[in-house]
Amino acid sequence: MALYEYAHDLDTPVHPVSAPDYMPAEQLRALQLHRLQGLVRRVYDNVPLTRKRMDERGVRPEHIKTLKDIALLPFMMKTDLRDEYPFGLFASPMNDIVRFHCSSGTTGKPIVIGNTGNDILVWQNGCMRALAMCGVRSSDVMQVAYGYGLFTGGLGLHYGGEGLGCAVLPISGGNTDRQLMLMQDMGVTVIACTPSYFLHLIDEGMKKGIDFKKEMKLKHGVFGAEPWTEGMRDKIESLTGITAHDIYGLTEISGPGVANDCQYRRGLHVFEDHFYPEIVDPDTLEPLPDGERGELVFTTLTRTGTPMLRYRTRDLSRIHTGPCPCGRTIRAIERISARSDDMLIIRGVNVFPSQIEAGLMSVDSVLPHYHIIVGRDGDLDTLEIKVEVTQETFSDDIKTLERLRQRISQAVQRIINISAKITLAEPHTLPRSEGKIKRVTDLRKNV
Amino acid sequence: MKIHQISLFLENKPGHLNAICRTLAEAKINIVTLSLADTQQFGIVRLIVEEWQKAKEVLEKAGYVVNVREVVAAAVADKPGGMAEVLDIIGKAGVNIEYMYAFAFRHGSEAVLVFRFDNADRAIEALKASGRDVFDAVTLFNQTK
Ligand SMILES: [Zn+2]
Repeated sequence: MALYEYAHDLDTPVHPVSAPDYMPAEQLRALQLHRLQGLVRRVYDNVPLTRKRMDERGVRPEHIKTLKDIALLPFMMKTDLRDEYPFGLFASPMNDIVRFHCSSGTTGKPIVIGNTGNDILVWQNGCMRALAMCGVRSSDVMQVAYGYGLFTGGLGLHYGGEGLGCAVLPISGGNTDRQLMLMQDMGVTVIACTPSYFLHLIDEGMKKGIDFKKEMKLKHGVFGAEPWTEGMRDKIESLTGITAHDIYGLTEISGPGVANDCQYRRGLHVFEDHFYPEIVDPDTLEPLPDGERGELVFTTLTRTGTPMLRYRTRDLSRIHTGPCPCGRTIRAIERISARSDDMLIIRGVNVFPSQIEAGLMSVDSVLPHYHIIVGRDGDLDTLEIKVEVTQETFSDDIKTLERLRQRISQAVQRIINISAKITLAEPHTLPRSEGKIKRVTDLRKNV
Repeated sequence: MKIHQISLFLENKPGHLNAICRTLAEAKINIVTLSLADTQQFGIVRLIVEEWQKAKEVLEKAGYVVNVREVVAAAVADKPGGMAEVLDIIGKAGVNIEYMYAFAFRHGSEAVLVFRFDNADRAIEALKASGRDVFDAVTLFNQTK
């Protein structure tokens, strides 16, 4: 992974770090099985919770003879990380741990992930391959506006960028004025942050009269850490002229750089030589064949600090079948547009915030600043969507604005099948975020 | 013969209109006339100011979305039937009024109104042909001083 290896590969169409992406399927499966067997042994020997669960099922490490045998193994969940807080799921002694990361848990305590030196290298490799897939090269100037710290976004992309030889600007989140100034002055070509924060940057930039297409050198945006839609991608690209890439990952599995989309945008290629994906039926937990939709599950084949066996992500996706025109053999998962945890039940109907976003984006000229408020009026759930008025949508004519409200309402109803009250809001008044944005306020939870 | 009107989106919440007026006052911009069109849910503030470019700039800097439209300021006789006469002229010219509101000052014995027409040029032509006073910006703002 040393840098000198890439010194002569400035503008190569296929970056050498991407080589494992193209491994022949047969050899890839053999490698995965070999790594899985080693992992199961390590976890069985070092993690009491998993050993207990395997013993209860009568499963021993040597029972893993094919990749399909992974279905014999117990799942891990976020609640396990919470129950075993802080170090119960560690498979390496503290002597080998070099870094912790935390992510917010379902209750007060965070979940803690320990990384060994090797885990950090594997993670960096994933981020390098993700960036290389986006077309990022050593000549790029990359602004990392993900938060640095316990959250994995900042440090993950940072090491990925440095690994490729980019000039990295580790600005972290926040201080939007300075972000815009440095982006412009330093000729930043790659921005890495959450899609909602980038929208905020666009918004503030436009307020200052900055034309992103003319006054910025940005080429690529590497966006992740929250679900977003294809419609949002179109908005970002048409407003700024950049190519918006989708990067996926989660702290429990390492961080960003678990999967990323290639130029054909047929889902996100998973770096499955390290992160083995499965799709299971969320109710029965039975494995589903490629192509079917269900809950995404990952096994961290090479991690040693806090390895995850069949970790249930709560994200809904499917594994694409058939080859991708880019030639990669690592499989791709469908873009994550829904997290089970985000699902709202409104008047008995399952609604994902991303469906509402898709409806909003289908209306011409609606800018993507919105907030969803779910409440209750008597026995009936209420759904209100606040949408900010923009230069494009504002008219001095009441009828035009009422028609806009109607168009938004119909577009949303077409997708979620329930009616919503659309409220137009003054510009820059809805909550903004410098990290992961909170799009929903559920007032029913306070009752 | 047309004058510039700036308009802003407003949520129906206490203090919001006040904030707009304060922003303009701080920039020493005098509001010649103001009209508020509102629904249950939101409102639109329409303003006539002399330095409309400066007003637009300070309001945008304060985060508002500002729209600039051309409107027509015309005199209407302040007597019974005065309004009907003007509407007649406009109607015969085949022009529709999208909205209208009044200035606080008078032009001699006449009232001055702001009109937003769907076809301003044709309306101006018809009004002038019938001997009505239509104001350009310079004359209009001189009246206010
Ligand atoms: Zn591909």
